[in-house]
Amino acid sequence: MDELSAIIDLKNIHFGYEPEKPVLTNLMFSLAQGEKVGVIGYNGSGKTTLLHIIMGLVTPASGTIRVMGKPVDSRKDFLDVRRIIGLVFQNADDQLFSPTVLEDVAFGPLNLGKSPKEARIMAMETLERLNLNGLENRITHKLSGGEKKLVSLATVLVMQPKALLLDEPTTGLDEEARARITALLNDLDISMVIVSHEYDFLAGTVQHIYSMKDGRIQFDGAAGILHAHLHRHPAVQHPNGQKGEHGEFYSA
Amino acid sequence: MIEEPFVHNESPMQRLDPRGRMVIAAAYAFVVASADSFTALFMALAVSMALIGMARLPLGAVAKRLVVVNGFILFLWVVIPVTYPGSPLLSVGPLAATWEGVRVSARITIKCNAILLAFIALVAVSPVAVLGAGLGRMRIPEKMVFLLLMTYRYLFVMETEYHRLTRSATVRGFRPSTSIHTYRTVAYLVGMLFVRASARAERVYAAMLCRGFYGRFHSLHEFSFTQKDRVWAMVMVAVLVGLGVVEWMN
Repeated sequence: MDELSAIIDLKNIHFGYEPEKPVLTNLMFSLAQGEKVGVIGYNGSGKTTLLHIIMGLVTPASGTIRVMGKPVDSRKDFLDVRRIIGLVFQNADDQLFSPTVLEDVAFGPLNLGKSPKEARIMAMETLERLNLNGLENRITHKLSGGEKKLVSLATVLVMQPKALLLDEPTTGLDEEARARITALLNDLDISMVIVSHEYDFLAGTVQHIYSMKDGRIQFDGAAGILHAHLHRHPAVQHPNGQKGEHGEFYSA
Repeated sequence: MIEEPFVHNESPMQRLDPRGRMVIAAAYAFVVASADSFTALFMALAVSMALIGMARLPLGAVAKRLVVVNGFILFLWVVIPVTYPGSPLLSVGPLAATWEGVRVSARITIKCNAILLAFIALVAVSPVAVLGAGLGRMRIPEKMVFLLLMTYRYLFVMETEYHRLTRSATVRGFRPSTSIHTYRTVAYLVGMLFVRASARAERVYAAMLCRGFYGRFHSLHEFSFTQKDRVWAMVMVAVLVGLGVVEWMN
């Protein structure tokens, strides 16, 4: 894929919080329009750092970042990037800070220069789309874990990003909340990078899975194939030859 | 939990424009603080109580706030009467309380309570976020508004971290006592509190940046200065002038 048609294109990225311990070395990564990609890797392998580099929260020592074909490096460039790409933080408590849900969801649109009235309408529409109506006047820090996650997703989606970065979106969620997030992400028609530890979750949401190791990122394969290889109990849940839950045949 | 106990309380006061309330509260504080005659001060106290009534605040919660402040004022009562020069009223050993000292202490007490009550009634009935937005709309420098709002925001962060830490100490059987172990543990807790709160604050700020924040707070709240606000503000200005006249005549 060429670097100009990709939504996100990283080339030769080097980064380390301490100079002698690089987190990312010569990292290459590209995300196409509409592509949904999963990134898997050990704790400390640099997955979150990768997302933060894309958003301009940390600056790489070297390398080039292109978003929608345009090179970004100044602070001002990243202001534009943040209109195009949304990042959902791992910890919803870091993301939610306004007293009420409605104000938190409206925070992004207000920053984009919408009038309070428009921002309110956009926030309400987004909450409705995520089946979160009724939560708008709740106090954010009193929501349940699942609700917090969904609301933090709403705070990003309301800005109508072209690509979505999700950092461990299912950590600490129960089955039901996880199923809701999965359905929601499958419903969204935008590019996505999902960082997760969970193959099962990734296999149900993305097309391609990459893994991170030694500061690099490598293509592992199509999610369905990997799913067949790495699923822990395929034979039990999906007997031979039967169609799996994600429309792939299992070779167990 | 740090709460805004006077906010969720529908009242005619809350429906008034917060900008008008803040300006009046500030002017009121100036007038009361500079008044000296007891007639004016008692009148001010009555006005403050009327404002509390208009805000329909739970009196128990208001009293609780007053207790805290009057705790500090108690120290003044210990020191001022015996140090202020004047005619002695009562002597205990080498110390003599003076009439003048008692009068000064009484004045300070009434002023403090009157101003505090007025601020509770006029200002504390709005969430800090709305007050910040209102101040911004009144051309208060953006940096000052930002400071106010962020300080408030991070108080919560520190509070949450504090509770998390004390909980983790409590579940492992920590019971504060007068011992080196307690002092060390408390020191660790405080140290960790700052480290964690600052890390957390950084993450919150990063999340805000990702949603297009660049130093400017916008509010969903729309302000409108209505006829009702105008009438109310005029009445309050008349009250302030009245207080001034009473003060001047005494």
